[in-house]
Amino acid sequence: MTLSRSLLRILNVIALIGMLLAVYMALIQAPDAVNVDPSIRPAQRIIYFHVPSAWSSMLAFLVAFVSSILYLVTKHIRWDIWARSASELGIAFTIAAVISGSLWAKPAWNTYWTWDPRLTTYTIVLLLYIAYFMLRGAIDEPSRRARLAAVYGIFAFLSVPLTFMSIRWWNTIHPVIVDAPSNENKFGLGPNMLQAFGVTNLAFLLLFVALLANRISLGWAEERLEALKDRLHF
Amino acid sequence: MKHYLQVVWVILWKDLRIELRSKDVFTSMAVFAVLAVMIFNFAFELRVPDKTVVIPGVLWVTVTFSGILGLGRAFISEKDRGSMAGLLLAPVDRSAIYFGKMLASLVFILVVEAFLLPLMVVFFNTNFLSLPLLLILFLGTLGFAVVGSIFSALAVNTRTREILLPVLLFPIMLPVLMAGIRATIGFMEGDTLADMMKWFRLIFFFDILYVVVAYLTFDYVVEE
Repeated sequence: MTLSRSLLRILNVIALIGMLLAVYMALIQAPDAVNVDPSIRPAQRIIYFHVPSAWSSMLAFLVAFVSSILYLVTKHIRWDIWARSASELGIAFTIAAVISGSLWAKPAWNTYWTWDPRLTTYTIVLLLYIAYFMLRGAIDEPSRRARLAAVYGIFAFLSVPLTFMSIRWWNTIHPVIVDAPSNENKFGLGPNMLQAFGVTNLAFLLLFVALLANRISLGWAEERLEALKDRLHF
Repeated sequence: MKHYLQVVWVILWKDLRIELRSKDVFTSMAVFAVLAVMIFNFAFELRVPDKTVVIPGVLWVTVTFSGILGLGRAFISEKDRGSMAGLLLAPVDRSAIYFGKMLASLVFILVVEAFLLPLMVVFFNTNFLSLPLLLILFLGTLGFAVVGSIFSALAVNTRTREILLPVLLFPIMLPVLMAGIRATIGFMEGDTLADMMKWFRLIFFFDILYVVVAYLTFDYVVEE
């Protein structure tokens, strides 16, 4: 299953409009955060980029996980293409989340890097999926590559909640955005900010779907190219 | 069920017997472990006022690094001797092969630990051993063997083989290392078992989860 070219184009345009709207909402429409120090209020707006990136990366890894299981069950090449496409996007969004978090950490906590466990584990997640692609790169035979990568994809994804759990119990300075109101570490968003937050999250979701659809259709093109090369004994 | 356990036992006993004759894996793991502890000693001796504070880290890192030497060999030896095909052709449940190999790796690492722990007590001149510490070390080692064995079977099918194994394994082992180090620190500072319960639960859950996943996926790793 691959989307037709015109559908793909429509999806790309929608995602572009969504992202432009997100930039407007995040930089102009959203009010200053009153509960943080005035000097870091502009920097606070990175939340509209940082949090959706983090969520998109998690969504991407979830898609990769489900696709990996489906690949092992069905052995259909489609799910291998889905798994590797989603994993790639997951890496891209994870890098975006780690870098944007780091840019926020400098003005807020006066350091680019803290051994904050959540930041640390996020970096570990990045390493997990880099390992996933190293594994893929080290196997020549396509069906074996798909099979072993699927197994690793399952192990890798399952370790993410465990790593996050171990963080919770380690001391953390990372603000908890969505949590019980009683939490001391709460980093609340006002109603107007929530609106912008919602829009940016939605825009990132659209961006994710569009990128995934494009990457998958590229994946099919790669497969066709490989098949042609085989026929020509290239 | 009885037959299944028999198969597991036969594979385990085969690996132990090979090891008892050649002592290849144990020797390299044990020598490596001693070297690692000595290197850590020199790395920290002059700068750390009280060397006992680094014991938890040294212990878990040494176990992990020496353990990976044994795990790397687990399936490479089968593959290189061509006996992997023989194992797979046997009319038995393939997961039994996995559990046999996994238990053999577990025994190797536990033996190295039994050798390493007294040595560390002597080198650091502190008796940091306690029953809860041994228990969490056992659970951590179990998790390490569970995930490490299946990745060893996975890595043996790649071009880079043992080079790839640590890259695949370490990021997944991180929760176990974090929990193990934290609990070891706790026990050395006199915390009770109840204080450290959450770290136990974490490792325990890790072990259970990955035993199940390994059981379900091993067939796919070895199928040709």
